[in-house]
Amino acid sequence: MLNRYPLWKYLLIISVAVLGFIYAAPNLYPPDDAVQISGSSSGMSVDSAVLNKAEKALENAGIEYFDAEQDGSSAQLRFNDGEAQLHGKSVIADALGNDYVVALNQAPTTPDWLVSMGGAPMKLGLDLRGGVHFLLEVDTDSAIEKRQETSADEMKDQLRDARVRYNSVDLEGTTIVAKFRETELRDQAISELRSEFPQMLFNSDVPGDSDELLFHATLSEAAVREIEQYALNQNLTTLRKRVNELGVSEPIVQSQGRNRIIVQLPGVQDTAEAKRVIGKTANLEFRLEAAPDALVAAKEQFDYQGYPAWLERKVILTGDHVANATTTLDPDTNMPQVNITLDSLGGNKMNHATRSNVGRRMAVLFIEYKTRMNTETNAVGEQIEVPEQYTESKVISLATIQSALGVQFRITGLNAPGEASELALMLRSGALAAPMYFVEERTIGPSLGAENIELGVQSVQWGMALVLLFMIVYYRVFGIFANIALAVNVLVLVAVMSILGATLTLPGIAGIVLTVGMAVDANVLIFARIREELKAGASPHTAISAGYDRAFTTILDANITTLIVAVILYAIGSGPVKGFAVTLSIGILTSMFTAIMGTRALVNLVYGRRKNLKKLWI
Amino acid sequence: MGSAMSSEQSGKKIFNFMGARIPATALSVILLVVAIAALAVNGLKFGLDFTGGAQVEVRFSEPADIPQIRGILNEEGLVNPVAVLFGSDTEVLIRTQGAMSDGGEQALSRRLAQLYPAAELVSVDHAPRDRGNYSQSLTFSGLSESDVTDELLPGVYFGSHEARSEAAQVVVLTENSLDTAYTSELLDVLEAKTGSQVELRRSEYVGPQIGAELRDEGGLGMLVALAVVMLYVAARFQFKFSVGAVLALAHDVIIVLGFFALFQIDFDLTVLAAVLAVIGYSLNDTIVVFDRIRENFRKMRKGSSADVINASLTQTLERTFITSLTTLLVLVMLFVFGGELISGFALALIVGVVVGTYSSIYVSCNTLMWMHIVKEDLMPPEKEGSEIDEMP
Repeated sequence: MLNRYPLWKYLLIISVAVLGFIYAAPNLYPPDDAVQISGSSSGMSVDSAVLNKAEKALENAGIEYFDAEQDGSSAQLRFNDGEAQLHGKSVIADALGNDYVVALNQAPTTPDWLVSMGGAPMKLGLDLRGGVHFLLEVDTDSAIEKRQETSADEMKDQLRDARVRYNSVDLEGTTIVAKFRETELRDQAISELRSEFPQMLFNSDVPGDSDELLFHATLSEAAVREIEQYALNQNLTTLRKRVNELGVSEPIVQSQGRNRIIVQLPGVQDTAEAKRVIGKTANLEFRLEAAPDALVAAKEQFDYQGYPAWLERKVILTGDHVANATTTLDPDTNMPQVNITLDSLGGNKMNHATRSNVGRRMAVLFIEYKTRMNTETNAVGEQIEVPEQYTESKVISLATIQSALGVQFRITGLNAPGEASELALMLRSGALAAPMYFVEERTIGPSLGAENIELGVQSVQWGMALVLLFMIVYYRVFGIFANIALAVNVLVLVAVMSILGATLTLPGIAGIVLTVGMAVDANVLIFARIREELKAGASPHTAISAGYDRAFTTILDANITTLIVAVILYAIGSGPVKGFAVTLSIGILTSMFTAIMGTRALVNLVYGRRKNLKKLWI
Repeated sequence: MGSAMSSEQSGKKIFNFMGARIPATALSVILLVVAIAALAVNGLKFGLDFTGGAQVEVRFSEPADIPQIRGILNEEGLVNPVAVLFGSDTEVLIRTQGAMSDGGEQALSRRLAQLYPAAELVSVDHAPRDRGNYSQSLTFSGLSESDVTDELLPGVYFGSHEARSEAAQVVVLTENSLDTAYTSELLDVLEAKTGSQVELRRSEYVGPQIGAELRDEGGLGMLVALAVVMLYVAARFQFKFSVGAVLALAHDVIIVLGFFALFQIDFDLTVLAAVLAVIGYSLNDTIVVFDRIRENFRKMRKGSSADVINASLTQTLERTFITSLTTLLVLVMLFVFGGELISGFALALIVGVVVGTYSSIYVSCNTLMWMHIVKEDLMPPEKEGSEIDEMP
């Protein structure tokens, strides 16, 4: 019997190798330092007028740049070095104002012919190449204020229930001030409330103006700390989810100090989009429309499609209770809508509020916390940027309650699909417990240090060289086959990872080393089998064919079990574990192809036609 | 081509692997006990990725020489210091595990050893609340009040201080905390050694990169992975093989983790990746051996289970040896020449490969023996396969 492969198998192998080479090639070109511009909401376009404005600003500031380009939704400019990039970014941000998100980025330098074929370089992780560093500050004060606002409302309810008459309960800063007509009423109120608000410090030793009697309720130090801690942790979790939902691979999200959060993204990503979504602090509030005869103190005016709308101050529910949110098109109007599923507590609250208010209108209030940077001159005469926060609230829908609502309902009234999907993402990833704003944005160098990476790469090369040498010494001609297959394997692995846009980190390299080991193992299994068959007296051709056939089940079983582990790690793990799993899975598949089919093709090519083959160099 | 070529006729010597299974079981049990004890007593020494630490942002007047700065930080005895360029080539972000005050304690102890070799820093506490202008309280033994000089607690770093004897000890209240004091001291050291002016931009605590949710997810992922592997092996082989494979896997992972706990080597993200790789490697090794055992159980007419397993292990020995050798070649190169950051990763895999190779013989096969594997276990379910084998 002879070992022949049909022509198509050779062609398949050659085309895979060639494709591997082409798609791995973009990794040979290092990226440029760049600045990316995009609109502050996803519906906005970035056209050549915007780009011209940015270019003019750079020219006025005397900053060199090249390759300015825009594709309608974002624009990118490249710089010679990091210094110019950083400077250029602030110049552009000043020129364009708050309507645009301007972010540091790394732009690939893949040649056009490769790009036209979909070629892109593999991203290197923060440990290997560095990336972009954002520092956000969590506005914990507003979280505390929010809590006090709720507490004040609850106090009013409770006092009303207990029939303790009060003149007013208001919020001054973070202090709740309650006013009463008589001392007894005040003391009764305090004793009523104290057990319900154990975190509150009540102080009745405050002078009231005229004949009113006051008490002040402030949060204890421990409670403030707890709220701050909660807000920070909640925001961290939300940010991690958001960044992951964006598909940014291998990000770092960690807390800094008492109220700051660091987000680091590896280079060559859509940083402007990331920045927009990370920084967006939006929430929903469901409120009833105020009755016409409601007191002014109990209602608030908002804008609804250009008309004023009066809503009750009291909030039925906030976005925190949203368990899931997805976007679809409203079949009637063909406009985007967001389908919302509430958690059970939220469902109860919603049901309770709507049941008794059928026929009234309920509003969905969309609140966005924004920060603008104002440039001020400080005492020393330096220009400093001072963040100023403001909120933008708009009513996105105002609809009559037809029947009691439950856990599921939908929100319509959104203008663009982009807006709807962003709102859904924001609700899905959880609400931010407190608004955040950017205080700093920098590029950051690799955490591993060039010399360490150099050492690592060199030692991998030496290790690989030793393995290749060993294979030739031990398996001779077959060793050469295995080595060629191994080289193609690494090439194809890099190509597939590049196409998938995977990020390579040190743990990822671990995955590659392991797959190289497993690829070698597949060949060792096959060759050991062939030797066994030869020793048992089989002819060379029979030995080759039997060796490949019998080793195949073994390799398949071993690889499938490992693949199962990799797939589960990918599904359940996150961050670095996911990266490792991706590399490992791809590596297993490519190594099966090259180590079995690739080497077999080479063996068949060399030995297949020799009818009187007497001896194998194995 | 079937049974005519089975290797028992090739005259190769068959090693009696299973003869040593009792001592091997004892060895595995001892290793596991030591590993679990080390994990329970010492625990893993988590790296910066898992614990968070102090972060200092500094600006140099000259372009910063990152390798030199890393060297200085290491000399200062900071735990796992990281220095990266931050925005421009003069700004550097320095991170270290634990608080800056850890470095401060070390620096203070160094000065103490130099000035008063007999004295010791006993404890570091917050200053009492009623002493509002002091932030730290340091307790020394073997020292008298008059020994507390500017040389021991330099005023430039610590601000003013107040010493008072208490029993045999001296309690010193200092204006600046050890944290603040050491940060400015570190800047001075950097200034002196790099010859460039250094300005402090910010100093803060940073939380861990890995949230608790990731750790929990990771643990859950492992359990699910083990369960699915058990199902797959049970379907492809037999239930007893599942137990063998999973025990070998757990054995390897526990021993690698135990090794890191015992020697208190930093456990960071790269080591975590290595542990995952060990799982892949160990499983691969075990399945290869199992595959041969399955084949031989169907093929060998005579012989006890131990004989079949011994023959299978002998036949796969060459492959086991060569695969371990090539993998170890790469790993040893990584360990020796790869630099400190890769050494932890390489070490975890080296231990994993050695233990994994051992366990594929003496844990997974041994489990088959303990569970009394017999030929009949493998016969019925694989009808189609055996028919193909018998074809001429």
